[in-house]
Amino acid sequence: MELAIEARGLRKRFGSTEVLAGLDLAVAVGSIFALLGPNGAGKTTTIGILTTLVRPDTGNATVAGADVRTAPGEVQRRIALTGQSAAVDGELTAIENLVMLGRLSGLGRRPAREKAAELLARFDLDGAAKRRVSTFSGGMRRRLDLSLSLVVDVPVLFLDEPTTGLDTRSRQELWAIIRSLADAGTTVFLTTQYLEEADRLADRIAVLDRGVIAAEGTAAELKARVGGELVELRDAGGELLREIPTDGSVHALRRAIDELDRSELGAVPGARIGIRRPSLDDVFLAITGDGTRGRAEASAAPAGELLETK
Amino acid sequence: MTAHAPTLPSRGTPAVPSRTVPSRSLRPRIRGTVAERVFVTRSLLQELRDPEALLMAVALPVMLMLMFTFIFGQAIDPSGGYVDYVVPGIILLCAGFGASSTAVSVSRDMTTGIIERFRTMPLRSGAVLTGHVIVSVIRNLFATAVVIGVALLVGFRPSAGPLDWVAMFGVVALYILAITYLFAAIGLAASSPEAANGYGFILLFLPYVSSAFVPVATMPDWLRPVAEHQPITPVIETIRSLLLGTPLGNTGWIALAWCVGIVLVAAVWGAWLFRRKAGRR
Repeated sequence: MELAIEARGLRKRFGSTEVLAGLDLAVAVGSIFALLGPNGAGKTTTIGILTTLVRPDTGNATVAGADVRTAPGEVQRRIALTGQSAAVDGELTAIENLVMLGRLSGLGRRPAREKAAELLARFDLDGAAKRRVSTFSGGMRRRLDLSLSLVVDVPVLFLDEPTTGLDTRSRQELWAIIRSLADAGTTVFLTTQYLEEADRLADRIAVLDRGVIAAEGTAAELKARVGGELVELRDAGGELLREIPTDGSVHALRRAIDELDRSELGAVPGARIGIRRPSLDDVFLAITGDGTRGRAEASAAPAGELLETK
Repeated sequence: MTAHAPTLPSRGTPAVPSRTVPSRSLRPRIRGTVAERVFVTRSLLQELRDPEALLMAVALPVMLMLMFTFIFGQAIDPSGGYVDYVVPGIILLCAGFGASSTAVSVSRDMTTGIIERFRTMPLRSGAVLTGHVIVSVIRNLFATAVVIGVALLVGFRPSAGPLDWVAMFGVVALYILAITYLFAAIGLAASSPEAANGYGFILLFLPYVSSAFVPVATMPDWLRPVAEHQPITPVIETIRSLLLGTPLGNTGWIALAWCVGIVLVAAVWGAWLFRRKAGRR
């Protein structure tokens, strides 16, 4: 398998805080890879190292075959980054932003203008081409930000929380665009806090927790690690009272239901029992140990197991 | 243990959908001064997008000059000759006034995330500062020309020949370059564009403690050394000498030394700040 990104043993310390504690990554060419993690897990630092903004203390990484430590200039020729805060120039118009990036990417005046027009049409911004970007909505800014990363068809695209702060519609539009980029062969490395985003978009997902990859796989694989069905008990208003993970066997399900029946929760008027497949949410909470107390107690065993992976 | 993860495949075989992977292009290296030129264009466009700020940069010094000439001028020098004395001071005030906006532009670039984009591209990201500095110098020279034009209309009568004028613009340009550089560095040091804007007060205040509006000799004893040994006084005296033929002495060299010194200090400080704020961490 051809790798677009490979990282081994990345460590990074800022002052007394160890942000990355030995990170390994392998991202296949043409795939969408999601780095999932809570705030402060080290997502942005990881992107920083891979995009040459941050120097790792130890470990090494190659992006599209170029070494981030020894050949940052070569890495820069092969990547584009759309960072967390929209890196657009609010004083300029959309088209001026695109032409500027085109020129800075080595295009001549005319090719830069042609590329700008093409990208504006592709990102549905041609109506706003001559408007100042400071008047744009959040979704439009994000689309422009992403289009700025595409003035050259680089092999690897980095997106740091690309849909944070966007409404549902803008988010889905952006997902469709990212999908189409990967379909056209671009390797996409994105960070996100949204499990749904990773679930819907990514070919593979890595869960970053306290500076190491706590789990990695496809969404289905990760969900399988939490176990089988979850038995949940909700009150009349739909509020979750208790949740018990099982391995999906008849025996385990019966035991979970019996347990609920015996507890005082079973006597709550209007309480209803339900059985569901685990979501990526459950995986995330189990791995990062960020669950509610009831959940953490109930899923102590699988959580412990997942934490000791790798 | 593995009972919970029976379907987990062996690691190292990521499930990647088979897609055709066309050859990708590399970002071409840019040559020569393309980055600098693009950033100058960018700063120029930003400048033109903000006509109010541009108008203020020209109108405020003109108003100040008219105020000093017509309101204070009669009290300071009833013969009406104050305009000749004050114009060189106003020129410097005007030049400094414009430079402080450089700090705001630089700070905005450093805090909004756009610098990160430039830094992940194969170009000298410091060129973004060059763009701001060059455009600021152009703007301030333009404002200076307007101020001199208005001064001539209200009775400023310099005795300068063509060469003196050229030399005067040279000195003004050097002074503008020096403080613009300084304010670019201040923009790097400031935590926010608003904070960067606040530092502009230095340049609005310094000319009052110089020979810009009244001769240093009229100041209290304790203030005189401060006024004599700050950079603005020798620069103003040099301009006075070039325009009005007052004795120059070694003041020209002192002015030159101040300007070059400020450029050097600002360049070293700025480079250090830029590495710290926008270097690889």
